[in-house]
This record gives sequence, C-alpha cells and structure tokens, in this order.
Amino acid sequence: MSDFIRGKTAIVGAATFGIGEAPGYETIDLAARASIDALDQAGIALKDVDGLFLALPDDMLSGLSFAEYLGLRPKLTDNNRTGGSAFQTYVYHAALALAAGEIDTALIAYGSNQRTKAGKLMTPAQQFIWEDPYQPILPASSYALAASRHMHEFGTTREQLAEVAVSARGWANLNPDAFAKGPLTIDDCLSSRMVSTPLTVRDCCLVTDGAAAIVMTRADRARDLVAKPAYVLGAAAATWNRNISAMADLTVTAALESGQRAYAQAKLGPQDVDVVELYDAFTINTILFLEDLGFCPKGEGGRFVSGGAIAPGGSLPVNTNGGGLSCVHPGMYGLFTIVESVAQITGTAGARQIPDVDVAIAHGNGGTLSSQATVILGSGATV
Amino acid sequence: MAANDVVAIGDLHPNRDYQAFLDQGRFMLMRDRTTGEPFFYPRIMAPVTGSRDLEWFEPSGRGTVYAVTIVHRRPPTPNHNVVLVDLAEGPRLMSRVEGLAPEDVKIGMAVQARVAQVDGKGVLLFDPAPAEERAA
Repeated sequence: MSDFIRGKTAIVGAATFGIGEAPGYETIDLAARASIDALDQAGIALKDVDGLFLALPDDMLSGLSFAEYLGLRPKLTDNNRTGGSAFQTYVYHAALALAAGEIDTALIAYGSNQRTKAGKLMTPAQQFIWEDPYQPILPASSYALAASRHMHEFGTTREQLAEVAVSARGWANLNPDAFAKGPLTIDDCLSSRMVSTPLTVRDCCLVTDGAAAIVMTRADRARDLVAKPAYVLGAAAATWNRNISAMADLTVTAALESGQRAYAQAKLGPQDVDVVELYDAFTINTILFLEDLGFCPKGEGGRFVSGGAIAPGGSLPVNTNGGGLSCVHPGMYGLFTIVESVAQITGTAGARQIPDVDVAIAHGNGGTLSSQATVILGSGATV
Repeated sequence: MAANDVVAIGDLHPNRDYQAFLDQGRFMLMRDRTTGEPFFYPRIMAPVTGSRDLEWFEPSGRGTVYAVTIVHRRPPTPNHNVVLVDLAEGPRLMSRVEGLAPEDVKIGMAVQARVAQVDGKGVLLFDPAPAEERAA
C-alpha cells in the first residue's frame, strides 16, 4: 500500500444544519448553510473552494447546481451516485486530488428535506424489474433478507438487533441535536410495529431532514488554519453489487475490502480505533460492519453488541451521535458519520465526548449493502 | 466469427426476451456457451468474462430458499413473503413462495419454479417442492 493518502490531508471544518425538521428550505439551501458554517470553522473563504463534492436527493445534476448557487467555478465537481457511501468516497477522491496538488480546498456537502417535503425516503434510485414483482419494501426488505440469513447462520437474535437500536438511543440522549430521544428498551423494540421480518420500525433508521458539510485541505495548510485538524489516515471504497439478490453472501459486505484497504493505508487496525461511526440504516448494518471492519469475528456481531457493549459506558463507543437510528437520517447518512468523527477527534462532542480520541473510523454504506467506503481519521498525535 | 457475434448481440434484448418467455409460460435462463456458466439476470454479455457467446436454456426450476422476509401490510391486505432462491443451476434470484403461510417459508426449503400469469404478464413464482424431490 502506498503512502499517498496517510496524513497528507485533513478535515478543518465539519458542520450540520437542520437535523430533524427544517421546513421551508430546499435541499440546496440546507447544504449551503452547512457548507458556509464548515468554511467559517476553517477560516476559509468561500471563493477559495476549488473542489466541490455534493449529493442532493432531488437533483441529478446537483454538483452543477451547487457550484452556481455558491457562485463558484470549481476545477473539480463531483456528483457521484454511490448512495449513502458517496461522502466517504468523496473523502477518498478529495484526498487524492489534494495530495496530487490538483485542488487546494475541497468542500463535501449534502442536504435533504425528505421529512418535511416527502414524508418518506426520497431517492433517485431506479426500480429493479427483477425484484419489483415480489413487492419488497425497499430498502427495508433487502436488509431484512440479510438479517434473516445472519440469524440462520450465526444464531443472531431479534434481541441482539434491538440492542443496537437501544444503544443508539442511549447516545442520542446525550446529543442535543438528535431527533429521536427518550427511553427505549429491548422490549419496546421487540413489540413495535413489524415492517419486514425480522425488522420492526425500531430496527429502521429515522426519516428526517438534515444537512452536513466538511472542508478538506492539505495537512501543511490545515495546521495553520485550525488547532486540531482531523487528519485523513485512510480512505477506501469497494462496490460488490447493487441489488440484494446479486450479493454473493448476505452476511459479508464489501466493508471487508474497504476496511482492509483503509487500515493498510492508515497503518492501523481495529484495535487502534477509539470511536466507531457506522452507517446504521438498519440494526443489522451495525452488526455486519462491526464484523467486516474487524471489531469482532464474522458471526459474533450479535453477541458482541449485547449487554450494552456499544452503548454509553460500554466497551466500544459506536455511533456516538445516536446514528441513523436515533440522531438523523435524511436519506444518505454517510457524511454525518464523518462529522461526528471530527467532533470526537477535536473534542467538541459535549456530553457524549469520548476522552482522548486519537483514531476514529467513519464507515459509509450505499444502496442495499452495495457500496461500502471507509475513512479513518486521526488526531495530531497520529501523524 | 466477429460478424456472427454482432448479429447475436443485435438479436438479443435481455429484459424483453426474458419477459416474452415468461408471458409464454416459460422460465428461461441465460448461459455463457464458452464456460457453460448460467447467470441471472439476463444481460447482453456474461458477467465477469464479458463473453458474447450466449444462449437461453430452460433450467430445472429446482431451487432452495436462501433468505426470507415477511413483508407486513396494513390489514386487510395480507402479509406476503419475499425470498431469495438459489437455483439448482447456481444463480440466485428474488421471488415469492406460494401455497403455504408466509411464516412457514423457511431458509433451506426446497422449492420448484412455476410461471403464473398476472394481469396478462408472466411472473416467476415458486411452490414447495414435491415430497419426492425434497427427499432426493
């Protein structure tokens, strides 16, 4: 593995806006507000952005729209379609372009008003004629099929899935920005409305509005801009399939590959990670990604999360903002895992702050367990 | 040879042809003639190899349930199952098992393909395999 990524770039601004409900805003308004907040943190002028990486759920040409909205003429405009993992993929591409000297300042942004505008998941994803006649609820049924297989092969239980939701709620209760708060028990999850077996509504992510943005630049400049840059130590992506019916093994995701490549770049392993931010669109995701990213052996994820192990006070802090399950899920959650990782590294996470975070992993999932992308961030002590 | 390839591809319209077979009551798979490897869904080339030397063939219809979920609907609409079936020939596809309650569809169950006509269009479904095949 080359040293082209490790420590060459850093995140110097990370902001969210409109988490929960943000009525009256267009998606691009939300993305723009998070963007200028992130730029303000970095002390970088808007006009200095020369690399633009965006996703909006309602605009196929959102990169072009955003450049125009901001009044920019970027050298590099990207509007990729790897689903919720797009933002980890953007960090990967931005790190390469920055390290190569092709651009100097990358802005990665996202905004969605799906809760107040549509009331449900807003997605430009094409329907799939090989699945449509059987009326799965997409994406829930795809993840439900994966969960059914995990339960069959490894004895994973609905209670263990519920542990993931309860842990996420525990973290959300420490986060003033989180949308879903209040007590949640395993029994609450088990007795809530079934959506697609074995997943109840509490196994499914929220439907919210929300925006996020991060600003990246080269490490030498980052140190002059902010006291605590979050250095990019590793960034990798892998795509193995699009539809759940085309996935070779429903219990093994491409996170196995993206994680291994990101760890190799970072020269770190799971034992070095202080805080874990995973794209938890559904409770089974957290279990699958903990396994595929090496925090426990394959098949052990359900047992691993039991007994509050990933909840506040547990042995491994996972999804410390409350995750897509209890904090925010505007349709493409990936960027929020990165923002939360930055908050933990810069020590700005308030009541949910983990002490002395040097290494955070932010993992994105796109499609239906299809595209997987992993970013490893480090404090100044790691470079 | 090259000319034949071009003609073969020109004659092949994967989705349209597959659906036309179903509309005739026939479940057909594609395979790569160079390797004999079947694949689903139909494509204008074989995945991985890129082979254009393809043919349709009629699979056995035998399969095994690989994964299952029951989609819960608002009453009075009944719940229904969604399965992934591993065909005896190898490929995996999404479908529904009929002829028993959704909660009785289990991973590992032997099933047999059947083409139903729904609103004038062929749809691939599965039934529990006959007892003698389950024993085999």
